Amino acid sequence: MDQDNVLVMEHISKSFPGVKALSDVHLTVRRGTVHALMGENGAGKSTLMKVLIGMYIPDEGSISFLGNPVKIENTQQALRMGISMIHQELSPEPYMTVAENIYLGREPVGRLGLIDKKKMVADTRALLERLEININPNAVMRTLSVANTQMVEIAKAISYDSSLIIMDEPTSAITEREVAQLFRMIRTLREQGVGIIYITHKMDEVFQIADEITVLRDGQYIATVPAAQTDRNSLIAMMVGRELTNLFPKEDAPIGEVVLSVRNLTRNGIVHDVSFDLRRGEILGLSGLMGAGRTEVIEGIFGIKPIDAGTITIMGKEVQIKSPTDAIRHGMALLTEDRKLTGIMGVLSVRDNMMIASLESYAKAGFLNKKIINETCAREKTRLELKTPSMDQLIRNLSGGNQQKVLVSRWLLTVPEILILDEPTRGIDVGAKSEIHRLMSKLAQEGKAIIMISSELPEILGMSDRVLVMHDGRVGGEFARKDATQENIMRAATGQGEVAAV
Amino acid sequence: MAVKASAETQSKSQTWERINGFLNKYGIVIILLAMFIAFSLLSEGFFTTRNIFNIIRQISFMGLIAIGVTMVIITGGIDLGSGSVLALAAVVATSLAQIQTSATLKYPGLIVPVIVPIGAALAIGALTGVINGSLIAKFKIPPFIATLGMMTVARGFALIYSNKPLSQLTPEYNFIGQGEIFGVPFPVIILITVAILAHIMLNNVPFGRYIYALGGNEQAARISGVNIDRVKIGVYTIAGLLSGLAGLVVSSRVGSGQPGQGVGIELDAIAAAVIGGTSLSGGIGTIWGTIVGALIIGVLDNGLILLNVDQYWITIVKGSIIVVAVIIDQRKNR
Repeated sequence: MDQDNVLVMEHISKSFPGVKALSDVHLTVRRGTVHALMGENGAGKSTLMKVLIGMYIPDEGSISFLGNPVKIENTQQALRMGISMIHQELSPEPYMTVAENIYLGREPVGRLGLIDKKKMVADTRALLERLEININPNAVMRTLSVANTQMVEIAKAISYDSSLIIMDEPTSAITEREVAQLFRMIRTLREQGVGIIYITHKMDEVFQIADEITVLRDGQYIATVPAAQTDRNSLIAMMVGRELTNLFPKEDAPIGEVVLSVRNLTRNGIVHDVSFDLRRGEILGLSGLMGAGRTEVIEGIFGIKPIDAGTITIMGKEVQIKSPTDAIRHGMALLTEDRKLTGIMGVLSVRDNMMIASLESYAKAGFLNKKIINETCAREKTRLELKTPSMDQLIRNLSGGNQQKVLVSRWLLTVPEILILDEPTRGIDVGAKSEIHRLMSKLAQEGKAIIMISSELPEILGMSDRVLVMHDGRVGGEFARKDATQENIMRAATGQGEVAAV
Repeated sequence: MAVKASAETQSKSQTWERINGFLNKYGIVIILLAMFIAFSLLSEGFFTTRNIFNIIRQISFMGLIAIGVTMVIITGGIDLGSGSVLALAAVVATSLAQIQTSATLKYPGLIVPVIVPIGAALAIGALTGVINGSLIAKFKIPPFIATLGMMTVARGFALIYSNKPLSQLTPEYNFIGQGEIFGVPFPVIILITVAILAHIMLNNVPFGRYIYALGGNEQAARISGVNIDRVKIGVYTIAGLLSGLAGLVVSSRVGSGQPGQGVGIELDAIAAAVIGGTSLSGGIGTIWGTIVGALIIGVLDNGLILLNVDQYWITIVKGSIIVVAVIIDQRKNR
């Protein structure tokens, strides 16, 4: 029986400070099968795979590979044992050739210790031909399309002749033709007895290619089922069937006139024809799976990236927004998704971080009024229950939740009418989370209009008056608060919106 | 840091943090004082009013450039062109300030008020800054490359303009570098005035805070509505302007404008900024730190010369100090 299994992971648990990412999870992959791993964003799929390839060391649990118990401590070891992975985020060496990328770190070496380039190129050519991928081994990676870059990554993972290949959202960047090609490769690998773990959000693909399916939810193991004995609806139910807990629901607020109206917003190849309205006092939840285009819509509205078509109307007036400066002038505020990358200025003080967006309104005859600035900071500190030893403290020394409060404060000081909050509670502790939820409710009651992007369904359901679900760069569904259920949203997010409509 | 620690460990760690913070803030002042005391004990001629003013006068042109460079480095950039811009401003300014009997007279018959050469030097400096800033902001050229280009181009223009020193200048022009007010050398007054103005701009004007924001996180500053391009162009323009001003001071100090003036001065200026705690990764730096950094370099030069130390050894000591300063900076910002 054991020889049938490529991989057995049992009782795997992994905690990070404040979060239990995996709790008693199991995964068994049989030889020559495709095993789909499913679950919402944050269900623990990526963490489990990182444990498998040695990027994380599990707190508990055992792994047995090809019948032998193993301890996997780093990715090189995993590769040597025969586990390779196609990562969701592509990370090629852009200035190296296709061949150099595929053989990076294991270049064939000739007699003098020099790289045998001829052999490397010939081997690459043979590999690509075998996989029917039409790419020149000498092409420089950065000249390739995203789809071809993905195909090279796939070829690379296969070239290790591994017994187990993990594919994390391998089709997110490629077209249908290449998907068909990938599935042909997968079937060939399956016949050769290779085990494949296939991670995807796309239901169609799962039922096309998977033999078995394991579902995770909130870091817990839910079930493993043969693909032939289940259907979409029961899968969705398994993925979302969780109780709504730890939530601070939105309090009632009078909903007023339309303040923001977006029509046919398009960013070529990324966002298609997105239209919606936002009203005073309303929280509009923007839901969807990773890569569905939620952040990309916001980037267009806020002037971070140019839009190719569509109109934006604010308070009944059509406006041109070419930069964040324009957006702020028109009363918008944006709390970005990645606090570290686009939010905080780490080596600057809490005060500087808080004041940056509204600094000019604190200048008199060109000079900053330090007294009023300090009073404002003190007031914000009390209002948001900000925990910092002083306003001169560098913001990077604060906890994630307190950093987020400073950023919320930064935007409230611009006195916006429209607040866009992209994952406002990601990576912060429960206490700060409910404080931010309470603040959002209060702002809505004060008549602000709020767009909240969130990958957490309970947060979307608890806080939104209306939910807009994105799928593949388009609006996949729209639900009023009373109609919004986890199942509805998941269906719309996975492109099954029409099922709900029937 | 330890925001959530228990009361006891908190007070302990706070004491430690306070000592640490004090050293971070005033460490270089302590080093400067130690050098002062050491040189005073070792050399009789060191601690005299004359010599102290001498040191400040010697660092004044480099100090002016260091103030501009500090702002540039705080944005996360660099300016390598300062020395060449200084020379270009110097030759143009002195050509407009020669007395008619000068052996190297460039424009016979031209007699203009002293404000003309001053304006010309400042305008040339500012123009080179606008060019640097525009290349960096609009054409997305890395600051290192844009200003490296300016370094050779401005030097070339200076040599084309005059391949020999332009000397014998008007008394009014010479006052800039040689004059005194109430016994204080005029270059020292210029440096102190510029330092105070720069400090106020960095701390009390929105533009100054944007300089820090840009270096702290360019993307975050942009999303917060800061006009990134304007800040970049502005900062390089100020740096260029100060290079032009340094050209005025240095040429009037030595009584001639030379196309070879200021070679390597940009490196001393960058060193002064870095020794003074300016972080090459951007977002961190103060004017008073840079002035202390410039003083450390000046005191070192002056003191070691008074002790008859070989010039080659002086360069070795200076280089080592810069590297040590960066190591300390790295540890601080871990």
